Amino acid sequence: MASKQILSPLPGTFYRKPAPDQPNYKQDGDALAEGDVIGLIEVMKTFNEVKAEFGGTVVKFLIENEDPVMAGQPLVEVDG
Amino acid sequence: MGIRVISPGLATTVQDLGRPGYYHLGIPLSGAMDRLALRAANMLVGNDEGAAALEAVFMGPELEFTADATVAITGAEMPPKVDGEARAGWTSFDVKSGQVLSFDFLKAGARAYIAVSGGVDVPEVLGSRSTYTLGALGGFEGRALQAGDELALGEGKGDAGATIPEKLRRGPGSPAELRVLTGIYWYRLTEKAQANFFEDTWKVAPEADRIGYRFRDGRPVDFVDRAPPFGAGSDPSNIVDGCYPYGSIQMPGGTEPIVLHRDAVSGGGYFMLGTVISADMDLIGQLQPHMETRFVSVDMETALAARADRRALLAQMRDALS
Repeated sequence: MASKQILSPLPGTFYRKPAPDQPNYKQDGDALAEGDVIGLIEVMKTFNEVKAEFGGTVVKFLIENEDPVMAGQPLVEVDG
Repeated sequence: MGIRVISPGLATTVQDLGRPGYYHLGIPLSGAMDRLALRAANMLVGNDEGAAALEAVFMGPELEFTADATVAITGAEMPPKVDGEARAGWTSFDVKSGQVLSFDFLKAGARAYIAVSGGVDVPEVLGSRSTYTLGALGGFEGRALQAGDELALGEGKGDAGATIPEKLRRGPGSPAELRVLTGIYWYRLTEKAQANFFEDTWKVAPEADRIGYRFRDGRPVDFVDRAPPFGAGSDPSNIVDGCYPYGSIQMPGGTEPIVLHRDAVSGGGYFMLGTVISADMDLIGQLQPHMETRFVSVDMETALAARADRRALLAQMRDALS
């Protein structure tokens, strides 16, 4: 199966979890359904959910929690 | 009608050149964060330069046209598409009724301006069609666009294929440089702090928005000791309340500078170390989060020369299109 990437729609700061004391939305190896939230991007005092546009299996996150992110930057590699 | 919003982008608003004249009453200037780009977009579609257009920040909207129109996108590099087919930026193109205008990922800059022949027809409020979202004033119902909104267009006809030559387009450099005139509170900083401020490379904070652009990663400043004057707070970054000019740089707590922009508050109790010169305010509107930025100290003569350069650039754009 071909691996695909989910790209960041926005520039800002990337968060892998909904709150500091919560687990990550997704881990490497997790199953992913279309519409699943994979992280948050903070920009202009708003937190924007990033959703998967397709399903599959998370191969690998390409970004760490709280990393700066640019629009169009690959966030996750997905098999599916 | 004219345009139906399929998806609104992050925070797409109607903006023109702004609403000057009410800042002393607490109503900010509003208007495009990059007014040069707004003027250019309007010129390209045959509008008055101050016609109302859409400002899309970081992420483009998806718009279905319900009337034929000429469209131009300027400002940020956010490649436009008509029914999925790429179109050039800074160049006018036709969109037929039933076609969909959408955008690719942002490649450079921060805010794209979408001008449509005839302009976006929303009611004027205090002489402007600009949106001030914090005050729910002007624009489309005083807010950012939402899916399902229908925008009316004014009367107008442009020609496809008009283009602003590349050498006349402007965006921030890397690192971005913002020229600053120091102000009446500059003496409050120690000499060391004054030097550090201009030496440091700052980074745009993710919370930067139309109200103000915050910068971080530079060194905090130290203040000259004093007894707080009557009416000022005890923090050394406090002053007796004063007016905040557009472009003024405040530094609450002496840590992170904030440059006030189009939707700013008009007064308060933070000292201002200076003001970004008018010629560089448009560049701020094109800064993305985390972008490196330096502040450069200039004198009044340089600031006025830069303003004249800006005016000359605008004249060159008009000449190129006539």
